[in-house]
Amino acid sequence: MRHPYPSGSHASTCPAAALVAASILVALLLACAAVGQTAWAQTTADTSARPGAAAAGAETEAVPESDGAPPSAVRARLDGTAKASAEPEPEPGDPARRLDEQVPGVGAPEQPSLEAALAALSERSFKVKEQAATDIAASGDPRAADLLKALLDGDLYYRKDDGRIVRAERTGDGWTLTEALTGESLGTVGRRDAKKITINNPMRTKLRADLAALTLASPDPAVRFSAAREMLGTANTASLAALETQLAREENARVRDAIELALAIAGLESETPAGRLAAVDAIGSSLYPEARNALNRLITAEADAVVLAAAQAARADIERRLKNNARLETLFFGLSLGSVLVLAAIGLAITFGVMGVINMAHGELIMLGAYTTYLVQLLMPNAIDYSLFVAIPAAFLVAGLFGVAIERGVIRFLYGRPLETLLATFGISLILQQLVRTIISAQNVVVENPSWMSGSLAINPALSLTYNRVYILVFALLVFVALLLTLRRTALGLQVRAVSQNRAMARAMGVRSARVDALTFGLGAGIAGVAGVALSQLTNVGPNMGQAYIIDSFMVVVFGGVGNLWGTLVAGLTLGVANKLMEPWTGAVLAKILVLVFIILFIQWRPRGLFPQRGRAAEG
Amino acid sequence: MGPLTPLRGDSGGQAMLGVLLLVAIVVPVLNLVVPEGSPWHMSTYTVTLLGKYLTYALLAVAVDLVWGHLGILSLGHGAFFALGGYAMGMYLMRQIGDRGVYGDPVLPDFMVFLNWQELPWFWQGFDMFWLAALMVVLVPGVLALVFGWLAFRSRVTGVYLSIITQALTYALMLAFFRNEMGFGGNNGLTDFKDMLGFDLQASSTRVALFLASALALALGYLACRWILSSRLGRVAVAIRDAEARTRFIGYRVDRVKLAIWTFSAMLAGIAGALYVPQVGIINPGEFSPLNSIELVVWVAVGGRATLYGAVIGAIVVNYGKTYLTGAFPEAWLFALGGLFVLVTLFLPQGIAGLFQRLGRRKAAPPSPEQAGEAT
Repeated sequence: MRHPYPSGSHASTCPAAALVAASILVALLLACAAVGQTAWAQTTADTSARPGAAAAGAETEAVPESDGAPPSAVRARLDGTAKASAEPEPEPGDPARRLDEQVPGVGAPEQPSLEAALAALSERSFKVKEQAATDIAASGDPRAADLLKALLDGDLYYRKDDGRIVRAERTGDGWTLTEALTGESLGTVGRRDAKKITINNPMRTKLRADLAALTLASPDPAVRFSAAREMLGTANTASLAALETQLAREENARVRDAIELALAIAGLESETPAGRLAAVDAIGSSLYPEARNALNRLITAEADAVVLAAAQAARADIERRLKNNARLETLFFGLSLGSVLVLAAIGLAITFGVMGVINMAHGELIMLGAYTTYLVQLLMPNAIDYSLFVAIPAAFLVAGLFGVAIERGVIRFLYGRPLETLLATFGISLILQQLVRTIISAQNVVVENPSWMSGSLAINPALSLTYNRVYILVFALLVFVALLLTLRRTALGLQVRAVSQNRAMARAMGVRSARVDALTFGLGAGIAGVAGVALSQLTNVGPNMGQAYIIDSFMVVVFGGVGNLWGTLVAGLTLGVANKLMEPWTGAVLAKILVLVFIILFIQWRPRGLFPQRGRAAEG
Repeated sequence: MGPLTPLRGDSGGQAMLGVLLLVAIVVPVLNLVVPEGSPWHMSTYTVTLLGKYLTYALLAVAVDLVWGHLGILSLGHGAFFALGGYAMGMYLMRQIGDRGVYGDPVLPDFMVFLNWQELPWFWQGFDMFWLAALMVVLVPGVLALVFGWLAFRSRVTGVYLSIITQALTYALMLAFFRNEMGFGGNNGLTDFKDMLGFDLQASSTRVALFLASALALALGYLACRWILSSRLGRVAVAIRDAEARTRFIGYRVDRVKLAIWTFSAMLAGIAGALYVPQVGIINPGEFSPLNSIELVVWVAVGGRATLYGAVIGAIVVNYGKTYLTGAFPEAWLFALGGLFVLVTLFLPQGIAGLFQRLGRRKAAPPSPEQAGEAT
């Protein structure tokens, strides 16, 4: 008698459990890192994601901590009238307030000078303009950096009739003007009515330093960090002074690191060998590419043997760490791909593995889940951030109901005839595809990423993990655990196992096997729908998306051993990592082909997969 | 034992071959002899379409041989078909000579486009028809031999085998999509000019190809019948119905399977080789798993394990496809999907089964054991 149930043989699941435990450990570490590093994390646009995701990422980056209060508060103070007291005082944690306290010499009395300084920019003399720029930089106004940047980029103009400083944009034969300070639109003027504010080279250098110092003093740690990051290897005397000043009062560890590194890189140019040696030490094994470039420059030019040796050691250290990081990254990409495979295959592990039904429509159930996400987002366009939490149960229900309908309508007539089941479910998959094409669209649809899914988690300067992949990895493991618990700990799970082990006996014990069949199939289908929600965050959602997963899913289930959930998990993660490990040498397509060929050969060697079912009779 | 002996008792097959002979006589006459203005004239397009259906029918016969009589549901027969097609396509490519867009006397256009300097080794000799014709059967045959040897030796059966045949054709599709493979990548091989010196666009060439397809179908059908009426065929059916029992009786199951499987792949290769000059293109899409599954449906619709049913199924389903994709493009997948479901649920014996039931009602012979399950 055969017992086609996963938990049957403990002997066979032990290696699986060990492997899985290891991979879960890795995932948990990643998750811990995610939690621990959130404060430190840098939100960057995820370039690997789809355009929509990238745009969403850019959006969050562009508006850091915009709470609207500081500008109005500042404007009130700028006016210097009684209106100021009418405005609510900024709270202690308010960035603008903190800025005032931190930047010495930028008190309230000097603030009105911003407008005066700005007006001075229309003068012809570069001396006056330079002084004006310095005044703007010293004004402490949050818009100062923006203005200086515009000046540097040549975007600032003045209106000839009243000397007002404006930003101008070429339209047709004239200029469209906006007030430089307030952004108020001033309409269009003729070509000769506005004149560009010119700057010379000394002024440009000064402006850059001022700008850097200004952004370095920004209340937002992310802005400070990117300013310091910008100065790695490019710092000049003026910006070095700014760096030193900022270092003295910097509290954020990440910004401190970057500033120290910038100073150390500049220190490599030191006159004395001792100074250079100290700089090399300070650089240590930093992973910023600039650090390595600076060391390379030093090594080619260095005369002092001690410094040279230290620099070479440091460079070797950096390269070793970079290599390790690259390995970690490959591993992460592999696990990420593996988690996608696991998600796609795990529903199949129920329908194919436990029930023995070849469900070729499995990919289309995934597609239905993805389209459910799309529809949920259409229904709640203003709450995309929460849409996934609605979409997951919705997709489970939609795909699950389709699953029950398929089981009741077709599959139950075909039990015991697997090849016919295969054909019939394939027909269903074609119908579902065409249904989506006819009802929604033959084109791919756009499923948006919630803001918390975009961006990436920067573990260190050389290694950052995109959030969507991290979440999907964690999600895949959660789904797996949930499914495992369902099968082992619930009444339904017990009945499913009973029916799959011995249908006649289960029925004799009062299990309604037909109902259990429908529910089991519905469960597998529902899981496929949930997988579709996750996949909609990673790949294109279109009528054909299911086809892309069906072969992979079968490969994973067959490779892992039919009827073994642990096998599916291990097989999915293994295939994902193997695929990504091969990619650097072979390219993505060839890697996929090689994995397929490997599985075909593997099946010849072990026809029942990695963790085959074994009878439990021997163990009693 | 004459060449038609295997047809004894196969009334469906006799009828099918009779109709085929009739069509093979009538179609050339309607196309070449009847003047173009006449309502009886058959356009060259229709001749080519019929020729295409006949190559599909041959492919379906090859699938029915292994599925209906050996119990192996192959979801990768499209791969053998496409490989045969590629071998023929390579010959046709070389025949273009310097008439290509780039005018290179040796290199096909896509190689010039990829800046290749010389012909890859596996393209050598494909300007000779005999070598190409050999490769048409050899390449699918060798692939089937290796694949089958591995699979049957380790007793991969049933659904597992179906899935890895599908993986095989999927892997080949991915591989042929790559430009580096040297088979024209995404675009495949196309823009053929002539074959054996005859212009491929000419009506007479098309009719000749149609006749060749009809002949290949007839010969292929007879060969399959011959195999099935031999001892080998009986063992094959025994394997389909009770593989373990056949093995225990003492037959070398894996060798029987391997022989029939390889032969079937070769037939599919020939079908592909006849298909390519008629449709004028071969590209990696032919490897797509959907194609392979679709052709299983032809067999299922026509009637599994009857051989002539496969021919009927291939022609009926493809005619339906041509009609529906032209008249209601939206409806084709619904129809195909519905066919899959309805045929498996309500018509397990296919169209041939309907005929048999009608015949049985008249003669009431003892019902033969049909289509046992190989699980």
